[in-house]
Amino acid sequence: MHIEKTAAAGTLESSDCLVTVEPSASEIKLEIESVVLSQYGEEIRGTVLETLKSLHVQAASVHVQDKGALNCVIAARVEAAVLRAQGEGGQE
Amino acid sequence: MNKLIASIKEALRLAGIRDGMTLSFHHHLRNGDHVINMTVAALREMGIKDINLSASSLFQVHAPIIDAFEDETITSVESDYIGGDVGRAISMGRLKKKAVFRSHGHRPADIENGKMHIDIAIIAAPSSDASGNCTGKYGKSACGSLGYAMPDARCADRVIVVTDHLVSYPLPDFSIPETQVDYVVQVDSIGDPAGIVSSTTKITRDPVGLRIAAYAAQSILHSGLLKDGFSFQTGAGGASLAAAMYLKDIMLKQNIHGSFCMGGITGYLVDMLNAGCFEQLMDVQCFDLKAVESIRTNPRHREVSATHYAAPGPRGCIADHLDAVILGATEVDLNFNVNVHTDSQGVIMGGSGGHSDVAAGAKLAIIVAPLTRARLPLIVNRVNCISTPGSTVDLLVTQYGLAVNPSKTELKERLKAARLPVCSLEELKAKAEEMSGIPAPIFKGEKVVADVLYRDGGLMDQIHGVF
Repeated sequence: MHIEKTAAAGTLESSDCLVTVEPSASEIKLEIESVVLSQYGEEIRGTVLETLKSLHVQAASVHVQDKGALNCVIAARVEAAVLRAQGEGGQE
Repeated sequence: MNKLIASIKEALRLAGIRDGMTLSFHHHLRNGDHVINMTVAALREMGIKDINLSASSLFQVHAPIIDAFEDETITSVESDYIGGDVGRAISMGRLKKKAVFRSHGHRPADIENGKMHIDIAIIAAPSSDASGNCTGKYGKSACGSLGYAMPDARCADRVIVVTDHLVSYPLPDFSIPETQVDYVVQVDSIGDPAGIVSSTTKITRDPVGLRIAAYAAQSILHSGLLKDGFSFQTGAGGASLAAAMYLKDIMLKQNIHGSFCMGGITGYLVDMLNAGCFEQLMDVQCFDLKAVESIRTNPRHREVSATHYAAPGPRGCIADHLDAVILGATEVDLNFNVNVHTDSQGVIMGGSGGHSDVAAGAKLAIIVAPLTRARLPLIVNRVNCISTPGSTVDLLVTQYGLAVNPSKTELKERLKAARLPVCSLEELKAKAEEMSGIPAPIFKGEKVVADVLYRDGGLMDQIHGVF
């Protein structure tokens, strides 16, 4: 999938995360802030990259602000943000 | 004789302030307290160094004292609870000497037996006369009980009362008598009422918290302890208060008349007193306006000293008479040890308060906590800091199930017979890790920044820095 515009999904509530995707020229740029970075940083990174791959996203700038979301929540927020960045779905 | 002194600085000078002294403070003004900051500012202006700060608790409002760590006005801290930026600063190694943690019961015990000698005690008093008869029950900064200040006032070499509400002699309903007071200082404000007491006590509406609370109340009901004469203590946290709410319903429905509630008193416990659930409230600290109003007007709501509350020793204390207590935890380990000192990053964020005292004293010590918080599992192999030893913890209640200390076989059978979801700590731990994944270990520095003493004086654990 191609990221056409900036879009976001999620919240900054505890146990959720806010994922923002923006168009990028050629690669995946991933930035993670998390309250559990030292405990789950690698898991979060892996989940985001895997979700992007399954959606066939090859170029995007992704910003994750995590408040302790489970992997399934992170994957859902990434997917929703990517779909919202498609144009037809519109933004929030 | 005239005890009224113009300023804190002058009172400190008259009290013989010198480098290296121990100054003590109490924490009834909680996160609204101005008196510690005003006193430390005076010490810095006077150029005093190397002070040992003994405060029953420290909060975010006390962040300005970190500057006094840097310039070595304060080089050591002894406390029962250190929250906010002050705890973080100690974890970052900004205090010269190791901090010492005691419990709310151990602190007065060490003050009274002379192991913690206080040179000057500073009492923040919401109401006082010019001779030092003082109380927390009246005045614009009213906080209710002054229980934690009582051992300090009784045992310190010099006692300075700081008040913002001076009344004519004698203040009849005093908590601390003039016989223990050397100097009285009147200031504009000893604290911010918004930070001293909450205007209302809020009970959680979070369904996870409510389920935990319901399980906790059911556990007490089926423990066999809930009968006439029952005694109880609970914290002011959301789930703890909700458990009290459920317990109140059960007690009223079954017409059970308890003997007393100890605390940390909130309006909710006042309601239980007035509804006939208990005969007495024993109050070492008020948490909200309703509790302050009650302690002022209801003779069955008694102010008690920290010593009477929880000091261990052959003479006993109220904590030893408790049937059931409900307590919180940041971490619990597979030996039922509880951590309430450090957060998930290993940073100091609190302390025992009375946690380890009442866990040891009560017949049934219940820990209530969600199985995960912001993804982090509650149950770990070994807690980052042992605040309360697992041998004194009887039951852990989470929203997914209850784990009974293996030594409590009768309790386990009773709860199982009541069809409560009893399982093992290992099962609960596995459940959390299945949802969250196994957390990577956090960084632990080389240097020890705090000793945690148990209520018998022994070294319970040490807290390492995070730098």
